[in-house]
Amino acid sequence: MNTGTNPNPVLQSSVQSQRFGPALWSRLGPFYWSVRRELWESRWIYIAPLAAASLYLLGFTISVIRLRLHIETSSSLDDLSTHPGQNELAPALIMGTAIIVGAFYCLDALYGERRDRSILFWKSLPVSDVTAVLSKLAIPVLIVPLISFVIAVATQLLMLVISSAIFAGSGVNIAELWRQASFFRVPAIWLYHLVTVHGLFYAPLYAWLLMVSAWAPRAPFLWAFLPPFVIWGVEKIAFNTSYFLNLLQYRLTGPGGGMSKEHEQDFTSTLIPHHFLSTPGLWTGLVVAAIFLFITVRLRRARGPI
Amino acid sequence: MACIEALGLRKAFGTTVALDGVDFRVEDGRILGIIGPNGAGKTTALNAILGLIPYQGELRVLGRDPWKERDLLMRDVCFIADVAVLPRWIRVSQALEFVAGVHPRFDRGKAEGFLARTSIGLDRTVKHLSKGMVAQLHLALVMAIDARLLVLDEPTLGLDILFRKQFYDSLLNDYFDGNRTIVVTTHQVEELQHILTDLMFIDRGRIVLSCSMEEFESRYMEVTVNPDQVVAARALKPMFERQMFGRTILTFDRVERGRLMQLGEVRTPTIADVFVAVVGNQAGMAQGAAR
Repeated sequence: MNTGTNPNPVLQSSVQSQRFGPALWSRLGPFYWSVRRELWESRWIYIAPLAAASLYLLGFTISVIRLRLHIETSSSLDDLSTHPGQNELAPALIMGTAIIVGAFYCLDALYGERRDRSILFWKSLPVSDVTAVLSKLAIPVLIVPLISFVIAVATQLLMLVISSAIFAGSGVNIAELWRQASFFRVPAIWLYHLVTVHGLFYAPLYAWLLMVSAWAPRAPFLWAFLPPFVIWGVEKIAFNTSYFLNLLQYRLTGPGGGMSKEHEQDFTSTLIPHHFLSTPGLWTGLVVAAIFLFITVRLRRARGPI
Repeated sequence: MACIEALGLRKAFGTTVALDGVDFRVEDGRILGIIGPNGAGKTTALNAILGLIPYQGELRVLGRDPWKERDLLMRDVCFIADVAVLPRWIRVSQALEFVAGVHPRFDRGKAEGFLARTSIGLDRTVKHLSKGMVAQLHLALVMAIDARLLVLDEPTLGLDILFRKQFYDSLLNDYFDGNRTIVVTTHQVEELQHILTDLMFIDRGRIVLSCSMEEFESRYMEVTVNPDQVVAARALKPMFERQMFGRTILTFDRVERGRLMQLGEVRTPTIADVFVAVVGNQAGMAQGAAR
């Protein structure tokens, strides 16, 4: 290449190498900025789980106020023990929202940029299609789970603060409330669940949605959900079997049903990753995800605005 | 090494041939205008150069294969593919930040300098900018990149005449320095005539004319023929004839200037006139192609 016309790259790379090393930064820089770009564009990625958490806290506050009124009239503390489900409801709501957010994000990620023609702008910049697709995959498998984890932990903390404030002076032992609360065990299970199930086990589902988003000439939602429906229907009519449906069910519920009761009671065993890593479904899923992503990158390269 | 080298460049969409095995070469430091009717293959040629579509034949841009190395190529190539391809949701400051983050040759200060001359605030979102302002913003981003090749595909389509004038003025005064290469397509040919150094006419996937502007000016003459000279003028085989205000205007290709001056008033035709002459009639096209 012509080295005479441009003295700048030498200078710039030496500046960058002080921080990251030029080779590493030239790979990670575009990825980092592409992920940030996605967060600028799709703010609902964190607004939706925040809204779910806020709604939950509102309901929770009302229920605790009602409980306090109940205690004052019946002077009984038995009802406190009828609240065990609430600790799981909050994270379930937030993580459920996260899955919906991730799915809708994926469906729009590579379709939206073609529809509004901005793909021509993104492609005018030195960001490879691999980087673009991987940064979009990072949102549902990495960023959304992390965001929902932080929100779930914060919600749990706020629930304690709200209960303490409302129960103050009612005779309920607030110190006991805080003592019973788990700041390590339960969040660790959540995090484990998010990484293994949302991040790794759902990866092929998100990759499928991204692929459809990169391909669909219009209506990506329809193209994403119609084929599974057709496969299920044809299989049912032709062979009267439901292998495909079972496969989807298995994929959606996660390995061993995800965060089930038994697992939570015996959480130390679930936190040993080799149980999860030896799940064959994990590896076939990751292979399928890799194939979908490979196709997605090829599609991103070939497709223009629609 | 030439900036762009194409050999037998061909692209078909189904049975429609958009580019029919064209050869061309663009040297460094030129400003090439590609002119052609709608669907002639201009955008296809540019898309191939930019690595946006696969193609058959040989194509090298700055020594690279654009289809295989688009991301590397884009360090040295900038393009404005259309008016309004900037995402509508992005803030001006975010656009600056993103390009600064991913582009090693982007000078953010320079872009902010260009923007300071416009009325575009850094906290505005693109969807709240007028079409002309979006074009200004895009141009500011592109001009702050130290690229070797700039490709513009209808960059001023739908803008009013003031914005168009400003656009090309900034491009010439603040960007072009003789080392960079610019390739531009437009329908508003007359605004480009004084800017271009080279010219290429494309029609139906083929190059029907390719020359430098000096060659263009020495080759083509337009004569407003005196009424009594019309028959004599037609004998010199004009490539195109039209009537205006009752007078006959003939366009000639490579006819000696001295002879034409005896026939009437001689001047250099506009690109648009020659375009109509070359592409507009079949005879003219054959003549242009047989150059």
